[in-house]
Amino acid sequence: MSEHSLELKGSLFPLSVLHCSDLSISSLQSLLTAKLAQAPAFFYQAPLVINLQDNDSNPDFAALKQLFTELKLVLVGVTGANAAQKAAAQQAGLAVLQAGKSNTAKAVEPAPQSPAPERSAPAQVVVQQQAMDSKIVEQNVRSGQQIYAKGADLIIKGAVGAGAEVIADGNIHIYGSLRGKAIAGASGDSSKRIYCYNMQAELVSIAGNYWLSHSLQGEFWGKPACIRWQGESLVISELV
Amino acid sequence: MAKIIVVTSGKGGVGKTTSSAAIGTGLALAGKKTVIVDFDIGLRNLDLIMGCERRVVYDFVNVINGEANLKQTLIKDKRVDNLFILPASQTRDKDALTKEGVERVLNELSAEFDFIICDSPAGIESGAMMALYFADEAVVVTNPEVSSVRDSDRILGMLSSKSRRAEQGLEGIKEHLLLTRYNPERVIKGEMLSVEDVKEILAIELVGVIPESQAVLNASNSGQPVILDEESDAGQAYLDTVKRLLGEAVPFRFLTVEKKGFIKRLFGG
Repeated sequence: MSEHSLELKGSLFPLSVLHCSDLSISSLQSLLTAKLAQAPAFFYQAPLVINLQDNDSNPDFAALKQLFTELKLVLVGVTGANAAQKAAAQQAGLAVLQAGKSNTAKAVEPAPQSPAPERSAPAQVVVQQQAMDSKIVEQNVRSGQQIYAKGADLIIKGAVGAGAEVIADGNIHIYGSLRGKAIAGASGDSSKRIYCYNMQAELVSIAGNYWLSHSLQGEFWGKPACIRWQGESLVISELV
Repeated sequence: MAKIIVVTSGKGGVGKTTSSAAIGTGLALAGKKTVIVDFDIGLRNLDLIMGCERRVVYDFVNVINGEANLKQTLIKDKRVDNLFILPASQTRDKDALTKEGVERVLNELSAEFDFIICDSPAGIESGAMMALYFADEAVVVTNPEVSSVRDSDRILGMLSSKSRRAEQGLEGIKEHLLLTRYNPERVIKGEMLSVEDVKEILAIELVGVIPESQAVLNASNSGQPVILDEESDAGQAYLDTVKRLLGEAVPFRFLTVEKKGFIKRLFGG
């Protein structure tokens, strides 16, 4: 179908928003480096948006972009910018984003209790990241379909057919049969698990450690089971 | 407004065209004005199964290109009232179908008919996508063996993501499972998946089970939809299937091994 070679569709993506009162390169570099050290894998190549709402300075966006790249972050745009900031950001090839309803004006201020005083102290970095979310699939995942829950748990109400793939950075819960592939902890977190109601998988993997179906064809084949990483190997156990 | 039903499977040779012909004929027998559209451009078969291959003048691609109108192209069945066939082109390939063209033809048919049966080609490429895109309901033809079941699963995924109903966020296509070439003897021997196995894997509602039958081959060779062979088990199973499609609750038959005498009578004659 040739008319499908180009399509533009609106979508919503979760983005981390950076609030920081001092956007000078040197201060931001040390603060961000410290922040990233706490969870390097979590923010690896994460798309970020800078919130300029409380900031009237005119930062050097080209230099900021460079800094983010060096820190293995992706600066995609700015929000809450004034006219001069907007122009400068656009000049540097950044997107100017309209803040969502929940983030406009003062709505963001009273919500979290702890960040507020932190932000009043000069040059503190607060990265707001949505809590580990869940992606919920209500129907069966059919052969040939692939579902990826980025930075989230994946919950599937139906079955996962042979030749289908379900992937999550978090845990995977399948309330039907698992006949395809299930890959949990896809971004490298080996504490994630796979739960399913009927284990007949082609492949299960946790943080890159995988079992093919022959390793699963024992006691738990066709039964409810949980897969987890323990010590140096995958472990299968009963669900209840 | 006609109801558009696609007969599809993913895998080839499982009985899509046989089932399209039988179901279309059955709906017409039930008094519904029905047209069967052959989407298998380049591998025209429906006209053979329906026994009207010598009456094909214009085809689906001619209508899409505006070289003929529907009235000139539709072939009226000589045996059953209310039954028409829109044949495929044998000389073109599947890229000759455009979404706009197909939509225009289906809209035109929709104004006149109660049911439009779209006989899909095998595969998951543009031809098959075109056949299922505008569907309201789908009959997924499956043989009781693993490769056919897996391909059906794939097509079910496409029905729920690639159809017009999916793209426009409407209520999804109503999916029916039609199990063909079912042989209870071979199921007992473990050579074939059982109805329950297939239902469990595909998790959609069963609309019919057609037994493996010599009658199907005979019907195809003679250009008679098998549903017109009311003596045969396959013909009766298709009649049941059509009743279920029309919303009637009919118990399933031919799921267990028949008495020897019956089988003999069937194959002996």
